[in-house]
Amino acid sequence: MSDSTTTAPDSSGKKVSKITEAVIRIAGNSQDGIQAIGGFLARLAGRSEQDVMTFMTIPSTISGGPSIFQVRIGTGEILSSGDEADVLLAFYQHSYEGHIGSLRKGGIVVYDSDHVEPNDAYRGDYQHIGVGISSLAIEAIGGSARDKGKNIFALGLIARMFDLNVEKLKKLITERFLGKPENITNNALLAFSAGYAYDVGDLADLFSFHEADGSLSNQVVMNGNEALGYGLITAGVRFGAGYPITPWSDIMELLRRELPKYGGSFVQCEDEIASVSTAIGASYASGVAVTGSSGPGIALKSEAIGWAVMAEIPLVVVNVQRGGPSTGMPTNVEQSDLFIACFGGHGDSPRVVLAPSDVEDAFYMAIEAVNIARKYSVPVFILSDQAIATRIEAFPEPNLKELMQDITPDRSPVADHKPYDLSPEDGITRHIVPGTRVASGKYPVVTGLEHDELGHPTGSKQLHIDMTAKRRKKLLSLRATLPKTEPYGPAEGDVLLVGWGSSKGPIREAVDRMRKAGENVSAVHVRYLNPLPNDLGEIMKGFKHVLVVELNDQGFNGYGQMGTLLRAKHTESKIRGITKTDGLTWRVSEIVERVHAAVENAG
Amino acid sequence: MSKLSFGYEALDRTGTLNVGEVPPVPDSERVGLKKKDIAADHPTWCPGCGDFSVLAIYFKLIEQRKIWHENITTVAGIGCSSRFPYFVQGHGVHFIHGRALPYASGVSLSRPDLHVFAFGGDGDAFSIGGNHFTHTARKNIRMTYLVMDNWVYGLTKKQTSPTSPLGFKSKTDAWGSFDRPINPMKQAIAAGATFVARTTHTNPKHLLEMMDAAMDHKGFSFIQCLSECVEFYEGAFDASNPRKGGSFETVPEDHDVTDEIAAYKLADEGFPGKFGIYYKNDRPSKNEQEEALGEKMRAKVQGLEDWQILQKNFDRMK
Repeated sequence: MSDSTTTAPDSSGKKVSKITEAVIRIAGNSQDGIQAIGGFLARLAGRSEQDVMTFMTIPSTISGGPSIFQVRIGTGEILSSGDEADVLLAFYQHSYEGHIGSLRKGGIVVYDSDHVEPNDAYRGDYQHIGVGISSLAIEAIGGSARDKGKNIFALGLIARMFDLNVEKLKKLITERFLGKPENITNNALLAFSAGYAYDVGDLADLFSFHEADGSLSNQVVMNGNEALGYGLITAGVRFGAGYPITPWSDIMELLRRELPKYGGSFVQCEDEIASVSTAIGASYASGVAVTGSSGPGIALKSEAIGWAVMAEIPLVVVNVQRGGPSTGMPTNVEQSDLFIACFGGHGDSPRVVLAPSDVEDAFYMAIEAVNIARKYSVPVFILSDQAIATRIEAFPEPNLKELMQDITPDRSPVADHKPYDLSPEDGITRHIVPGTRVASGKYPVVTGLEHDELGHPTGSKQLHIDMTAKRRKKLLSLRATLPKTEPYGPAEGDVLLVGWGSSKGPIREAVDRMRKAGENVSAVHVRYLNPLPNDLGEIMKGFKHVLVVELNDQGFNGYGQMGTLLRAKHTESKIRGITKTDGLTWRVSEIVERVHAAVENAG
Repeated sequence: MSKLSFGYEALDRTGTLNVGEVPPVPDSERVGLKKKDIAADHPTWCPGCGDFSVLAIYFKLIEQRKIWHENITTVAGIGCSSRFPYFVQGHGVHFIHGRALPYASGVSLSRPDLHVFAFGGDGDAFSIGGNHFTHTARKNIRMTYLVMDNWVYGLTKKQTSPTSPLGFKSKTDAWGSFDRPINPMKQAIAAGATFVARTTHTNPKHLLEMMDAAMDHKGFSFIQCLSECVEFYEGAFDASNPRKGGSFETVPEDHDVTDEIAAYKLADEGFPGKFGIYYKNDRPSKNEQEEALGEKMRAKVQGLEDWQILQKNFDRMK
């Protein structure tokens, strides 16, 4: 809790500190509904014109297992979910023991005294507040022993501690249970009120957030998977196919639920290969379609994606990255699929790879992916990751009326058509969909065999040379239109941090922290990963060290996957990697320490 | 300021497609296609290959059913028979090995106005693509799938196929194959296919009848067509060819095509077995069910534009 100013005591005689932001970590088991508490807090922040970012871990077991949800709420811009928590809400002994270390010194731990025996060794460092959350929740609701409602009771406690808007929270609770039996809503409200009314006698201070400055009005609150799914719908995607796998499944479920409303459909296929093939078939016949997966599912799709490169059929492939290889770490974050996205196919098979950097960006990048796919007739990867997928953020509401696209292909007749016409300098051609009459009577075949301009197989060396070049050239013409890369911080200095994907927030916060300490550090965040923008070379010239911050292994040569690509493109020995594989997002302090170490070791 | 660097562009068709002046032709003035209009590349098959007669019958079907040129949609995987789309003047797809059915499913489900034909061989259908055969059948996705079964891998020059009979001597089973072959008809019936027929390239009239009936079927129609590989399995189907001393017997007239058990019994007969429609039912296709689901869901958002439908979701996320 930064920037606290103490004000007059409230009615209970407690001091109320005005704060700009707070980090609240809720630790329990995955079935305790702690994600619901986090969701309510995030949504409330959105409605209160505050910024918010959440972080959660879920066990990869089917039911149960330790789980946390961290919420950072504030009046200014929130870049990461926070290194250290101000408040820890611990439901069990393991939650208490396992997460007390994440609390800042002097922080507050609120524990369920029905389940937690506090450790005296921690009492000096942290304020301890024991509340019989389980029994009080049961008491409030009236005798059900199933531990239901204790999450909402805890939400009430938090609301009291932080002077949150009770009416808005009650409205959110009512909305959440809309359509459920009335007694469920009533029980939830009872539990909430009981928590709110509980006298947190041991607590020295209460807190209250500074008023929002009004710059964050009209926010929507959602997680990255939702933003990506809705982005695809906004882009005009009306067909998709997929196979269940964590953490991609949420997007697939969303599209399955929503697309029929728009006259579209989403098919759950028998396997990953069928899903990519079905999506390509639909893309070929009815405009850009989507498939997606995570981890091993992406590997299975590789052959068909190579076909789409060869046959020049547009396609969007969502890859919500998780820890790999193989089954790996299904519920942890990693950025180790950059190589398979860029190169995962046999032969020379250039494709486009984009990576959203936060939840809002996931929405807009989904639209860009579709537009690039249709313009260049090429598969486009959206490399999201588990951290973006599951975290909730508030962002300015998009203008849907303006953004909504209709990408239905034009089926009016053409005089003649060559799907693989070699004459355009930029290599860009588009195919026509079935149902399009070709007056010349010469119809195209789309194919995975090397082909002539009409799509018929050829063994000609020259055609293979020309067609291979065509597939490359069209993406070089895409590269020529990539937006200018803007550095965060001055364009010259000692250290340039290069990041991609979900690391944007922590990297920027690290830059802010280091600059405050007088260090000359800037950052660039790369969103177009393949082909890479040309202007990165120019930006790198202004810095002594270029450190690529990635959630993947350092590899045989000492730098991660993006670092390898940048080295190949710019051949600069000052490009080095800061990588890790612990399955967690970057903490700001971690980046700062690693940057210092890397500069020191530069020799 | 727009947050999109790549916003919507109305794609200029003249840039990459030769649109030219194409006068519309009213359907009433259009004439059916003749063989010369539909034939494209000269087939690369070996002289005497059974696949030629399937191609000829496909042309005949298009002619007879007056399928407009732009609506001919032919999908295939990999194999000798899967070269099919190159030989047909129409929208064609030569996809990857074993995956013609999921590709055709994507076309079929997103384009209810088309009748998609998928062609392939026994390796494509029952080996590498076996999973898709089962699931496309059970989901009853509308299309016609004709498998040219030659009991051998021909394109790769004589390896054992999933339908090679026991004892077949191939390059991968020089001593004679001992893996039990798949029975495509049983496989199709068990998977839940709603139209299951059997024919042979040596009886073009019967082949045309089967394709015609398959095209009328509203769901997934499967035809096993014996198609001899003269290069690597010559004489495989002689017992079904009266000109080679065999017998061509059709399904008995009293066979009830809606009786699954009776169909399975027919499929269990030894070679040459019977030819004709073994099984057929009118279970709703996935296409119809998805359409019905869509109608139901669209009724709830009636009169709203797409952005308004999405706006309702966004309003709930505030």
